[in-house]
Order: sequence, then structure tokens, then C-alpha cells
Amino acid sequence: MTRSTNTSRLIVIGNGMVGHHFIQQLVESGQAERWEITVFCEESRLAYDRVHLSAYFSGSSADDLAMATPDLYREWGINVRPGDKAISIDREQQQVTAANGEQLSYDKLILATGSYPFVPPVPGHERKNCLVYRTLDDLDQIRAAAEGGSKGVVVGGGLLGLEAAKALRDLGLETHVVEFAPRLMAVQLDEDGGALLRSKISELGVQVHTSKATDLIDDGEQHLHRMNFADGETLETDLILFSAGIRPQDELARQSGLEIGERGGIVVNSQCQTSDENIFAIGECALWNGRIFGLVAPGYSMAKVAAAQLSGGDESFLGADMSTRLKLLGVDVGSIGDAQGHTPGALSYRYSDDVAQVYRRIVVSADRKKLLGAVLVGDNSLYDTLLQYALNGIDLPAQPESLILPQSDNVAPMLGPDALPDTATICSCLNVSKGQICGAIDAGALSVGDVKDGTKAASGCGGCAALLKSVVDNELEKRGVEVNTDLCEHFAHTREALYHIVRVEGIRSFKELLASHGKGRGCEICKPTVGSILASCWNELITEETHVGLQDTNDTFMANMQKNGTYSVVPRVPGGEITPDKLIVLGQVAKKYSLYTKITGGQRIDLFGAQLHELPEIWRELVDAGFETGHAYGKSLRTVKSCVGSTWCRYGVQDSASMAIQLEDRYKGLRSPHKIKFAVSGCTRECAEAQSKDIGIIATENGWNLYVCGNGGMKPRHADLFATDLDDATLVRYIDRVLMFYVKTADRLQRTSVWMDNMEGGLDYLRDVVINDSLGLADELEQQMSHVVGTYQCEWKSTIEDPEKLKRFRTFVNDDSSDPQIVMIQERSQPRPA
Amino acid sequence: MNSPITLNTNTEQRWTTLCSQTDLVPYSGVAALHNEEQIALFYLPGEADEVFALSNHDPVSKANVIARGLVGDIDGQLMVASPLYKQHYDLRSGKCLDAEDLALKSWAVRLREGVVEVLG
Ligand code: SRM
Ligand SMILES: Cc1cc2nc3c(=O)[nH]c(=O)nc-3n(C[C@H](O)[C@H](O)[C@H](O)COP(=O)(O)OP(=O)(O)OC[C@H]3O[C@@H](n4cnc5c(N)ncnc54)[C@H](O)[C@@H]3O)c2cc1C
Ligand code: SF4
Ligand code: FES
Repeated sequence: MTRSTNTSRLIVIGNGMVGHHFIQQLVESGQAERWEITVFCEESRLAYDRVHLSAYFSGSSADDLAMATPDLYREWGINVRPGDKAISIDREQQQVTAANGEQLSYDKLILATGSYPFVPPVPGHERKNCLVYRTLDDLDQIRAAAEGGSKGVVVGGGLLGLEAAKALRDLGLETHVVEFAPRLMAVQLDEDGGALLRSKISELGVQVHTSKATDLIDDGEQHLHRMNFADGETLETDLILFSAGIRPQDELARQSGLEIGERGGIVVNSQCQTSDENIFAIGECALWNGRIFGLVAPGYSMAKVAAAQLSGGDESFLGADMSTRLKLLGVDVGSIGDAQGHTPGALSYRYSDDVAQVYRRIVVSADRKKLLGAVLVGDNSLYDTLLQYALNGIDLPAQPESLILPQSDNVAPMLGPDALPDTATICSCLNVSKGQICGAIDAGALSVGDVKDGTKAASGCGGCAALLKSVVDNELEKRGVEVNTDLCEHFAHTREALYHIVRVEGIRSFKELLASHGKGRGCEICKPTVGSILASCWNELITEETHVGLQDTNDTFMANMQKNGTYSVVPRVPGGEITPDKLIVLGQVAKKYSLYTKITGGQRIDLFGAQLHELPEIWRELVDAGFETGHAYGKSLRTVKSCVGSTWCRYGVQDSASMAIQLEDRYKGLRSPHKIKFAVSGCTRECAEAQSKDIGIIATENGWNLYVCGNGGMKPRHADLFATDLDDATLVRYIDRVLMFYVKTADRLQRTSVWMDNMEGGLDYLRDVVINDSLGLADELEQQMSHVVGTYQCEWKSTIEDPEKLKRFRTFVNDDSSDPQIVMIQERSQPRPA
Repeated sequence: MNSPITLNTNTEQRWTTLCSQTDLVPYSGVAALHNEEQIALFYLPGEADEVFALSNHDPVSKANVIARGLVGDIDGQLMVASPLYKQHYDLRSGKCLDAEDLALKSWAVRLREGVVEVLG
């Protein structure tokens, strides 16, 4: 990129979420080219998504969390210095000194240095394995420390502390939270809310100790440390995580004489300017109106203001809403506005349900017209509505309590998208209003995806996704836009709708469905889809005459067609466990029919190169030896991969191989929208790679952790942790429900990973459906699965017993010869297509 | 052999029997050998013409697999989709509906008294 000589020099110190957002704003507004930009980035990695830091422990890699790469910055023509800390600022000379002594001049300087975790100066706090929870490096250290221990303590029961507690628990440690105040999340919750949260978290196995001040940390007897509390009690632990609040990183500003707040923080005005007009401060290091904002959304607003200032624009930062909605250790927690009712004259309504373990409180103005704040614990479904009332000053209904009381007829007093004014903030992370969303639609956006691309809404914490969708759908509908979700030209329905029709109307054949709900004769899209739906619902053999014309060639001949028209044969080897006798049979059959043999990636053996007419003979021999079809050809259960587990392995905590075999036997033959893969590992070392499977199971001391919706293949996705420490029966029950719900609702050829990514409400929603039975479907799903399990037949066994069906397996109907054009040559002592 | 079909009043003699009607699979295909050529035969009961004969050779994959494709229609045009790479071919003419330069050879074919006959 060429620059005119009179470009000004801009230095940004700090490349966290806010520093990066600032750069992005500058680039997107086309202003970056006016500057020669240098970015100091103390961490070795460029900006990453700190908000989702904990995902690093549940499957996301550093790359997944990355928000920027050196390549991207290079493309933008920005000089970024990863691993380089700015060590001083000389305001007179307008220079910044790098760690290596190099001095760089600036015309304008942006401080985006964020904050650092406060570690209380308790004697012993600098001992080994006393850590904090802020950066990826911290997490690496925590993981390493957890490996050698069995117990961990988080000091601090605020929002971050509870998140850290979850991380420790996920790492398999016995987890304790020690809080100085008498309740959890003292900033966001009131007393009752805090108490309910505490009881829910304790039920989940995290032990909570409130009103506890730590006096000293010294050597423990059973564990590395002993924590000694002011009340004389002690607690031993291998690992201590301090999460006792954050402090603005204002060291450089202090040292260079910028104005600093009494309790820290770089003082800025509404233009985000510090006491030096050439220096701006944004994000968690900045103190505005006596306040530090410890959330990313206000930081982003500041970044936008500062970027506008550099371009001569005139935007101001006017404070920010600190409402939060979270899932802490699986518990919904919401806090809106004046949650504790500090506003003079404020009145409260509270609703608490000990049975469902739900607590809701709203704080309203003295005249009961406006919502000032709210606390939600145990159920966040009202969060969006309440937040909109609070943010937009919408008049409350005559009985404000109706907002939080349970509705007998199931109609929550939701604010429809139409009730929101254009100024309503839909996405608070990226500060996108309803008006901007309407603008994007007017400019041509036709889907939630388009609107996201155009406005960046829902690209922060993701909490606004459901609201965004309802606004977008409503606006599109108002404009008469219809989105075509037809399966193909023969059926003006989605796969989900067809599934429903087949179930409800009891339709048993493609012909029937086409006659009643379709047109034409069908095609290679709708036929296999309907064939699969019929099989999922009624489980009749796919080889029955009514169904056989629906199947793709692989299903028709129950083998996978290869590029030369031959087929591969894959018998089931449940869990990858196979006897020597069976191995010998595979060898003998392969030898007899000159088949190429290979161990597959799914822990079984594939025999390649069989011609159509050879398939029945090969299968007769295999079935006689006790093999069943492996459904390698079907959109159905493929393999349940397994490690040897506790039977052999010194680390195994459960018998993973037996579980894998049990599961493979249960779900074999289930026809589904796409193929399904499982794996079961005997311990967290995860030798079976369960987290890359549609259904992944990892043994724990107490049972099984269930992961769902992972994928290898074209677009890998780590599976999400769905439920922990399940017993065998609950595990199977949950899998039944997840799979049947997938079969019911997924699109054609949609793997579970994509299904999950498109699911409104995501993992939480799926948990709600499966674990809490929020749709009242659980029994039905289990019954449907039990029908499929109960009617299983090996398709190959039934076929070789039926001479009529075998007639299909002829290379030529009028001649016994083989296809003369199939030619094999030898390579590494085996045949392969010439 | 395979002389092009010229205008002929006496074509009757050149119909040859390929197989029995019971060898066909409704709404699907089978392959038959005919003078060392492989013919894919499709049977769609209920259509005006019920049987269709195309070359079994897939010009894209170079494998003899057309008989194993799925049949149906696209915009009302009867077609078979190659089982390997899914190109669509007109069941009557053998023309590829996705690429103009591709076509499968086609034969005139009929059902008579329980047998399948092709012309040529
Ligand atoms: C044989 C095998 C490769 C091997 O030599 O090891 C294989 C072979 C094929 N794979 Fe695979 N996949 C095989 C393991 C895998 C794995 C690894 C695993 O299962 O642990 C993956 C990644 C994991 C995953 O699926 O999440 C894998 C991801 C795919 C994909 C991409 C799926 C995706 O979601 O992106 C396809 C394409 C598709 O299904 O649309 C595919 C499709 C295929 C097909 C069926 C392609 C085709 O349509 O002809 C191949 C023919 C198999 C045959 O003829 O028997 N294969 N394939 C493996 C058979 C395992 C088994 O015992 O059943
Ligand atoms: C576990 C966790 C969960 C969170 N969850 C949420 C949430 O749900 N919602 C929410 O809104 N917020 C959440 N936050 C807070 C959010 O991450 C912060 O508000 C946000 O990251 C602040 O961005 P920042 O750029 O100001 O600071 P940071 O992200 O801290 O970035 C500052 C960067 O500057 C670097 N730096 C400092 N000094 C120098 C120097 N002298 N030279 C060079 N580089 C320097 C630092 O190393 C750091 O990389 C969470 C934070 C954590 C830790
Ligand atoms: S996952 Fe655990 S139990 Fe299974 S083989 Fe690996 S180390 Fe052993
Ligand atoms: S509110 Fe966080 S992404 Fe929209």
C-alpha cells in the first residue's frame, strides 16, 4: 500500500477485543489509509474472543476464538507487534517506547490496555498453582495445574468467578467457590436471587462458601495448599483461581502523568479523550463519569467514538447499559438495570417458585409506569421482553406483576417485534437498533444471515439471536417476502413438514405422499429424502418393492458404489471389537473374491471391488459367520468408535467398549437425515475422539459425559458438552431423544453439527427439549426410537433369504457374465481399479 | 451391426428380445447385454411409454452404471440421474439436461406379451 508522505502516525497500545474493534471500525470506514498505524500487542496472540474464553475448555481452540490474524492486519497495511509490550510514553516528544528500547513517534495515541485480575494480597498468594482467569495463557496454565490435582478453589463468587468454577469442574476437579460477601454475584443479584443461585449451583456439585475471608495460604496435607480463613476454618486444594475483580491497566497512563481516577482508570471525556488531547483511552482501562465498564459492549461503543473522533466525526459516548444475561454452570441468570431497587421510590414485585426453582423480580418506578430493573434466576425466557421495557421506557401494563407471573394459558406477555420502537436496541453488544435492521432489509437483506452480515448484529455474545430472528422474520413478512424452503419442485414443503405429514397421516409410501402432497414423479432429491423419512417412521425394509425405487444406488444395493461401478462391503464391527475368527473370515472372503481390504477410519474393515452379482454371495458367507450389515451406505448410524477403556487401560474409569457395543447395537439401522457417528472414550484422554462425533461419550468417575453435534469431515466442529455424569439409563434416554428430535426436525443431508448451528436457541434450547421436556415431546421421541430399535432387521440377512429380492443383484438380467469393462491391476499385492 | 435406423416400412423384423418383463423393476432400472453393448432398461408403469432403453455407460465416470440411477422428472421431463455424479439424462432421447455436449445412446424399446424388445 502506498501512502502519501503526510500521513499521520497512529499508535494503538493493546490488541484486546476493544483495541481490535477500534482498528476494524477505522478500516471499515475507509479511514485507516490516512494513518500509518502501529499496534502493540502484549499477548503473543492477536485479539481473541475473551467473552467466550471458557469455550477453550469445552472444545474451542485458540484459532476458533481468534478475532484477528497477522495476515489480516498485513492485508490492512497495519503494523502489528505481537508479544510486544509498550513500556513507556513520552508525551512531550510524542513517543512510545517498546520493550526492546525502540522508540516510535505518534500523532495520536490510543490506549486500549484493558484490565488485569485483582489478586488480594493474602500471604501465600504467589505460591505455585495460584492462578487467574483472563488470558489464553492463563487457561493453559490452569489446564496444566489441573492435570496433577483433584481439587480446585475459586476465590470470588462474582460472574467471572462462577464461570471459572465451571471451567474447573469441566476439568474434572472437585470445585469450591469462596466468596467474601454473604452472597453470590452481589453486584447483579439481590439477596433472594443470590440464594437461589447458590442452592442451584450447590446441587450441581460446586461447593459454595460465603462470608469467608482468606487470611493465609500455606502447605496442605492432602493437597498442595491449605487456605486458612478468618473464622478459623481451613480448606485444602491443589489449585487456586483468583477472581476477585478486575483493575484497569492504567500503568502507562499513570507513569506518563495522565489524569487517573481515585481508584484507578484513565479518565476520559465523552469523546474518549484523556487529559492529553492527542491520547484516547477505550475499553476496560477507561474511566468515564467515574465508572469503569467491565463488559465488551460499552468498550465497542467507545472504540466507535474514538474512531469517529480521528476522522473528524462527532460522536459521543454516553454511558452504557450493564444488563447481563448468562448461563452460569447451566443456570440462567439475568440482571437488568437497577436490579436491586436503589432508585428512590422504586417498588418491587417478586415471584419465586421453589418447585421449579425460579426467581423473578422486577423493579418499577414509583408511579408503576416504567421498568427500572429486574433479576432473573433459573429462567431467562422473559429477559428480552423485560430488557426492552427497561431500555426503551415502554409503558408497563396496568398490572406490572403480570409480566413475571406464570401464565396459565402459556401465553407469556411477550412484546411482539412490532411493539418495539425503531430506536430499540436489539443487539447491545454491537449496538444495533431495530431501525438499522429494518434499514438492512430495505437495502436487500433477505434472511437473518444477510442482516447479520450487514449489521454485525448477534455477532457478539449471541444472546440477541432469538430476538433478532423474530424482528427480521416479522419485517420480511410485512414486506411480503417469502423465503423458499421447498424440498424440490415436487414437494412445496420442508423436510420437517414432510416428516410431520408422514407421521400424522400415517403415510406409508412415496406414491401416497406424492399423490396427496406433491406433484410430478419425484426426483433424486425427494425420493431418497422421503425414503429416509418412511424408514425413520415405520422402519420397513428399504428393499421392499414399494421403497426400492426411492433409494440411492448405495441403499438399493446395500453397498457403496465406487468410481468404476463396483461396490464396497462393510460389515458391522460394533465398537471396533472383533474376534480372531471373524477376522479370519473377512480375510478368507476377501481372498476368495479378490477384494481390496482396508481398515477404515471408523474402526472396521472395508472390502472393495465387488461386482453387483457377487454381493449376495459375499454377504451369505459373512452373515453365516455372524456379521451384520454395517450401513456404510446409508444415511444412518455408521460406527460407534471406542477405546479399550477400563477393561485394559490403566487410566480407564468406565468400560467404554461395552458401552460402545451396546449403543451400536441399539441405534444400528436408524435411518436419519444424514449419517450419524458416535464414539465412546474410557476417560478424558479421549482416545476415541468422541468430541468429533455426532454423539460423543466420555467416561467420568461418576458415569458418562454426553457431547452432541460434533463433526469431522468438511467443516469440523467440536461437539458441545450436553450433560454430565449420567448413569447408563439416562445416557441412553437422552441419546434417544436427541436423535429422534434430530430425525424429526433436521433438513435433508444436514449433519447434526449444522443442525445445531442453525437451531434457534442452540444448545440451551436442545437441552431444554431433551432434559426439561419443554416441548412435552420426550415420551413420544422415546417411543418412536423404541419402535425403530424393536423392528430392526439386518437388511442383508433378509435379502439373501428372499429370492425375489436377489434378482436385483444381477449385473445383467439376460446374461451371467461380469461387466467386461471392469479391469483391475495389482498394487502393493492387492487389486485396484486400472 | 448397429446400422442407423433408416426410414423403413418393415422395421418389425429388427425388434429383438432382450429379457422378460418380470426382469424389470418398477420405477427403477436394470442392465441387459445386447450385442456386447450394455443397455439400461427403465420401467415406469403408468407412463405413456412404460419402458426406456439408454446406454448403461456413464460418459462422465466411464463406468457402466446408468441402470442404477434414480428415475423421476425435472420440469415434467422424465429423467434418470447418474448414480455417481448425478447428471440428469432425458429418458427418451438420452440427452443430458445439465450439459449440452453429453448424451447417452437411446434405443426404441417396447413391451410385448411379457417380453422387452429393442429395435436395432
Ligand atoms: C471408508 C472410509 C475411508 C477409509 O478408508 O477409512 C470412508 C469412505 C467414504 N466416505 Fe467418509 N469414510 C470413512 C470415514 C470417514 C470419517 C472418519 C470417521 O468416521 O471417524 C469422516 C469424518 C468424520 C465425520 O463424518 O464427521 C468421514 C467424512 C466423510 C464425509 C464428510 C462428511 C461431512 O459432514 O463433512 C463424506 C461426504 C458425505 O457424507 O456427504 C464422506 C463419504 C464417504 C464416501 C461414502 C464417499 C462416497 O459417497 O463414495 C466414501 C465411500 C466409502 C465406501 O465406499 O465404503 N465421508 N468419513 C471410512 C469409513 C468408515 C466406516 O467404517 O464406516
Ligand atoms: C472469562 C471472561 C468472561 C467474560 N464474559 C463476558 C461477557 O459475557 N460479556 C461481556 O460483555 N464481557 C465479558 N467479559 C469481559 C470482556 O472480555 C472485556 O470487557 C473485554 O475483553 C475488554 O476489552 P479490552 O480490549 O478493553 O481489554 P482486553 O481484552 O483485556 O485487552 C487489553 C489487551 O491489551 C494488552 N496490553 C495491556 N497493556 C499493554 C501494553 N503496555 N502494551 C501492549 N499491550 C498491552 C493486554 O495484554 C490485553 O491483551 C469477560 C471476561 C472474561 C475474562
Ligand atoms: S480414552 Fe482413557 S481409557 Fe480409553 S484408552 Fe485412552 S487413556 Fe485409556
Ligand atoms: S447482544 Fe450480544 S451479540 Fe447481540
